Amino acid sequence: MPTAADIKARLMVGMEIHVELATRSKMFTSAPNVAHPDYFDAEPNSLCDPVVLGMPGVLPVMNRRAVEMSMLVGLALGCTINRKTKWDRKSYYYPDLPKNYQISQYDQPLCIDGSVESPVSDQPGAATRTIRIIRAHLEEDAGKLLHEAPGGFAIDYSIVDLNRAGTPLLEIVTHPDFDSAEQVVAFGQALRNICRFLGVTEGIMQKGHMRFEPNINVVIERDGKTYKTPIVEIKNLNSFKALHGAVNYEYQRQIDEWLETGVVMKAGAKSTRGWDDTTGSTFLQREKEEAHDYRYFPDPDLVHVVVDDAWMARVKAQLLELPLAREKRYIETLGMSVKDARALIDEPRACLFFEAVLAAGVDAKRASSIMLNNLAKRANERACRVDELGISASQVKAIADLSAADKIGSAAADDLIGLCCESANKDADPLKLAEQRGLLQVSDDSALDEWVQQVIAQNEKVVAQIKAGKESAIMSLMGGVMKLSKGKANAKVVQEKLRKALLG
Amino acid sequence: MPQKLTEQEVRHVAKLGRLRLGDHEVRQMTDKLSAVLDYVSKLNELDVSNVEPMAHAMDMANVLRDDVERPGLSIDLVLANAPEQSPPFIKVPKVIDDGGGA
Repeated sequence: MPTAADIKARLMVGMEIHVELATRSKMFTSAPNVAHPDYFDAEPNSLCDPVVLGMPGVLPVMNRRAVEMSMLVGLALGCTINRKTKWDRKSYYYPDLPKNYQISQYDQPLCIDGSVESPVSDQPGAATRTIRIIRAHLEEDAGKLLHEAPGGFAIDYSIVDLNRAGTPLLEIVTHPDFDSAEQVVAFGQALRNICRFLGVTEGIMQKGHMRFEPNINVVIERDGKTYKTPIVEIKNLNSFKALHGAVNYEYQRQIDEWLETGVVMKAGAKSTRGWDDTTGSTFLQREKEEAHDYRYFPDPDLVHVVVDDAWMARVKAQLLELPLAREKRYIETLGMSVKDARALIDEPRACLFFEAVLAAGVDAKRASSIMLNNLAKRANERACRVDELGISASQVKAIADLSAADKIGSAAADDLIGLCCESANKDADPLKLAEQRGLLQVSDDSALDEWVQQVIAQNEKVVAQIKAGKESAIMSLMGGVMKLSKGKANAKVVQEKLRKALLG
Repeated sequence: MPQKLTEQEVRHVAKLGRLRLGDHEVRQMTDKLSAVLDYVSKLNELDVSNVEPMAHAMDMANVLRDDVERPGLSIDLVLANAPEQSPPFIKVPKVIDDGGGA
């Protein structure tokens, strides 16, 4: 038996990714979509209509928005959009699918032949490599089959929740272009960011908005000969941790198995395995021999989708700068740290708010400081996103201008930001708010001189120390002035005045 | 002429369609289905090498609707036709988690 030391092994992974689109209604009917935030908490089986239930005589009707969202993702992945596509029935009997077939796209997927740059790891500044996309097609999700009752109680039957049945589902398939678990995960994260920026999914992993199915095998070289292990597909991974663990586990398992049995890949021989989070291992689900025969055929209930130039142009106009390019721009052009840039990229809606602040004319440095300090702090306190705080981009601009013109100090700026986040001050003018609340800085000489003289007169000891050379004690006098002015004195001018008075 | 279906093929199709056929029925179906295929195979006499495959009987496209939702049925109604229920769920025989999902 050969040993691990005699061989050179290389991992080969292709990915299938399912993305639940966050349309308001389902793919082929107007029942509400559980992948839309408004319906996240819907009661089981409350988002069903006769189409979802597969009742006799119903007709599916395509959701235009779902088709457009899929085109958007296809374009972002560099795909060609098929100008004419059709729908097919994929037949199988399972309790999560009442009509016994899933509507999908078999031989004419909406998007084909793409390629996208993906970082090779999630390390800052990681190199990128090109991942080729085979296809991205639209289909409908199935319902949920549960094997324990809510609350985790054991039951000796299974229960079905059809809320998810009919949710628009985009399946993206890549070439086997990955050779490490880190790359696979980095691609998954990059794809998630792309989809979230395009607004096509909420991308909440715990809710199954994105599910990964890596196809894994290993290319082994020994004594100048090359062997390929049989391909294994791991089903339904819905966390990056599971994805990483499953790929690495399978790599080692396949090498071990090959060393023991020497079995290599045969055409069409693909087995399916599941991932056990608790044991951190994969387990056999089915061999190819038992694989389903789906009997695909065109769905007679649905007509073709034809994308003409005008529709294509309308969808293209909705494309925006993709997250990887955006992150690069923030770091290289705006001078942001990798950490700050990532923090913005990670929350697309907050990031787009930041862009609105920039567009309003706030310089990048001040804008990111306001975003990452003043606003992030409040968003954190309120457990919401920055863009949900209530302050508008133009209010941020007005506050930034007041700061830049030295009309308010940093504490007052923060107070003003807080005031603008209150619903009562929606669209209020920050300058007026500052006047009403007495937040404007006092820079006029007579008032400042009076406070400075008063503090000098009251602090003889400190004054003596400063004159004896302990300049740092000026800060204590500054504090006195700020207190007298109730925080309104222009700190910079006060310091100048104190220095002039005491040190000449 | 197409080849006659085998009994094995009929059993496979029956299994996919969740039909339980006895041996006699399998033989009967093999003959009947073969006759249907024979009949349809008459179409093979036509030369369609230059004709684009037709996926749909109607020459129309893009019957799309706007993405506007309407409330679902009440859960009572949703469960009304289920053979068994455990509200708000449909109750089914225990299934091992192996083949479902999209």
